[in-house]
Amino acid sequence: MVEVTCKLSGLEKSFGRNHVLRGIDLELRAGEVTALMGANGAGKSTLVKVLCGYHFADAGVITLGGAAFEPVDAADAISKGVVTVHQSIDDGVIPDLDVATNLTLDRLTEPGAGLFVNDRKLRRQASEVARSMGLTMDVRTRVADLDVADRQMIAIARAMARAPKLLILDEPTSSLSASEAERLFALIDRLRAEGVAILYISHRMSDIRRVADRIVSMRDGAISGLFETDPLDYVGAVNAMLGHQMTEVDIEPVSGGDAILELNGVRLFEESPAINLSAREGEVIAVTGLLGSGTTELAEVIFGLAAPADGTMHLDGAPYRPSGAGAAVSSGVFMSPKDRAVNAVVADFDIANNMTLPFLKAFSRFSFLSERAQRQAAGDMIGKIGVVCQSDRDGIGTLSGGNQQKVMIGRWLLKASRVLLLDEPFQGVDIGARRDIGQYIRHSAEGRTTLVFVAEIDEALEIADRIIVLNEAEIVGEYINKNVDLNSLVADVSGPERPQASGPERTQAQVMAG
Amino acid sequence: MNKNALDLAIRYGFLVLLFGLAVFFSFYASGFASPRSAVFIFQSVAITGILALGVTCTLVVGGFDLSIGSVATSALMLSAYSMVILEQSAAVAVILCLAMGAFVGLINGLLIVKMRVPDLLATLGMMFLLIGLQRIPTQGNSIATGMSLPDGSVAEGTFSAAFLWLGRHRFDLFLDRLLPVPVVVFVLIALIIWLFLGYTRHGRLMYAIGSNERAAGLVGTNVQRYKIVAYMISGMLASVGGILLAARLGRGDIASGNNLLLDSVAAALIGFAVLGAARPNAFGTAAGALFVGILLQGLTMMNAPYYMQDFVKGAVLVAALVFTFYLSSRRGGRRTA
Repeated sequence: MVEVTCKLSGLEKSFGRNHVLRGIDLELRAGEVTALMGANGAGKSTLVKVLCGYHFADAGVITLGGAAFEPVDAADAISKGVVTVHQSIDDGVIPDLDVATNLTLDRLTEPGAGLFVNDRKLRRQASEVARSMGLTMDVRTRVADLDVADRQMIAIARAMARAPKLLILDEPTSSLSASEAERLFALIDRLRAEGVAILYISHRMSDIRRVADRIVSMRDGAISGLFETDPLDYVGAVNAMLGHQMTEVDIEPVSGGDAILELNGVRLFEESPAINLSAREGEVIAVTGLLGSGTTELAEVIFGLAAPADGTMHLDGAPYRPSGAGAAVSSGVFMSPKDRAVNAVVADFDIANNMTLPFLKAFSRFSFLSERAQRQAAGDMIGKIGVVCQSDRDGIGTLSGGNQQKVMIGRWLLKASRVLLLDEPFQGVDIGARRDIGQYIRHSAEGRTTLVFVAEIDEALEIADRIIVLNEAEIVGEYINKNVDLNSLVADVSGPERPQASGPERTQAQVMAG
Repeated sequence: MNKNALDLAIRYGFLVLLFGLAVFFSFYASGFASPRSAVFIFQSVAITGILALGVTCTLVVGGFDLSIGSVATSALMLSAYSMVILEQSAAVAVILCLAMGAFVGLINGLLIVKMRVPDLLATLGMMFLLIGLQRIPTQGNSIATGMSLPDGSVAEGTFSAAFLWLGRHRFDLFLDRLLPVPVVVFVLIALIIWLFLGYTRHGRLMYAIGSNERAAGLVGTNVQRYKIVAYMISGMLASVGGILLAARLGRGDIASGNNLLLDSVAAALIGFAVLGAARPNAFGTAAGALFVGILLQGLTMMNAPYYMQDFVKGAVLVAALVFTFYLSSRRGGRRTA
């Protein structure tokens, strides 16, 4: 019997009316890597934040090593032995200081540390830590000069210096290349052998196959599946994470007219396989895949925010190579980006100005805006897409998430487009608004081709004529949305069995262009 | 009821205060309520007001321009240099100064947009650079007709009458020789910037950039170009201010214009509070400049000592910032904190 390091029972947490954790029961054992999977909004981050002391649970008990664990804040959680390495690496290191200082920083804050820093002693201590973690770099290097993987290692090494009982890794490979990730996995193997309980949060199946001893799937704030039989049931885990209730939307898929957008041999990353895709007039294509499978990168390439590593695109038969968002929009390719609060909403503007923002030129004469024309167009769209508001003069911040998203999508429906890209259009949107948006997108689909990028299979089934599955930046499946074989679809999403997955080189896509 | 009262206070509080101050001084400072005095107030704020309108444009795109004061004094020196030493005409001097302002703005913009230098640091660097640069040609001396030059000769050129007209002429309005040219220029520029920022699509896009740069970029706005243009407007307006100052003084005085930067930034920030806009706006900036002008004029006429001035300006600024950032955020809705 393996020793249980950390035990959660009946954990609950609400933010206002939003019930985020609905009774989590989970055991994390020493010397085991537990992979935690869950879609956006499933409650993973909240769970982590409760564990590392940022949030208090409303109900439920956590025990750590047999004793009750109730951290009063993040520092307390760390001192009691729960250490978290967060997704954004630079939260875990101080880039402007050298490796030695980073590794020994916590000793500087200990009571009894002297006033002056003894550099030689510091470096000796740091070298010990580095050696014990298998790090080989010179401890005098500035952390900012290291590559991402090394920085990640240092963040973990810092965490390990506190001898944690439970180590939480939040999407640790999201910015690592395959070979860098392999170094991280070797480190994880070592920590596992030392008897640390590890909670590993990721969406990348290749990672999970490599390191996980067991998988926990979360959905809507509850544990929806626990998989620990050998071999692990990866398809089952993905299915439990994405879930599927019979959709009430009845779709009669259309095959569409002439091809509008054609991708020939487009490669998203240097080492990834070619993507060939033909999007036809009048059809709605859902491109689905787990986080990091390349859906967002594909949208960015089509919208001109990133250049493909290779390949060509054609729009209505003519070569299409947009230099940025402005060029794409003027060619009739529109995109509603994901994460609307960051990428789309202009918080200082009212509904009408938010909606008409891309097309101000059409609403002005000699550069002078016609407020009447703006308000008329916005008012029309508010009615069509069903934004619940008092008037188009309402500040965008007064609207609910679903209604804000309707405004952001309505923005791109004001003018006719050739290609409409919607990246995660249902993010943070309630089910009612989701139906409204989906219906209107299908309703207005004539005369353009629509590509919807969604991670949730339900959402794809609700909106698409055709579903394309991406995995590791490669098209691995294609389905006409009629009596879809869900098992096969989910298997495609979780990807083919590959013991030594050679993932693509992941580069941070340059988002801002122009 | 309470919420409405707060809303009204935020919206009209500042304008009511402005009006109240004017009434107060009319009663207690004899001679305050006269056309001449009103024009004097306008004249005292015209140049800082013009600079403040430029800063407003950079604030709108989420930037800041610390170099305006030094651009203005550089324009002052450049115009004097071109007329007194190079013996050029008024038109050449004006064009040179405007080009210089636009060029400095362009460099500021490129530093910020292309070289990714933070706005405060880029324009701070530019400020130092210009303060030094404007003194190099004259070895740190002020420029006036008859000054001796490094090569031993004497500067023969003069400020042309046409140039001095810009600073000293007064138009007749009801009274003879009432309205000075700088005041007319200030009002015109305020009107233009007000229309540009508030009612053109370019202005609207600039506000969008200031509020959410990424979102503005993702709808196809050329964010970099708009930012550079904002700094160029700022630089050109600052040089307009410098030209008017030179025309009023009639000499290239290196010590003038020390207060320009702080006064104009204060006016633009006070402008946030006007009409509860809680963001940079041309009307607010003009009203802010006027507010400071009225206050100082009134206090001076009531014989308050000169060193009260900075204290009063600072107090008004702090009050306006509290208005903007505390009260407006409590109102919610328009601003999501």
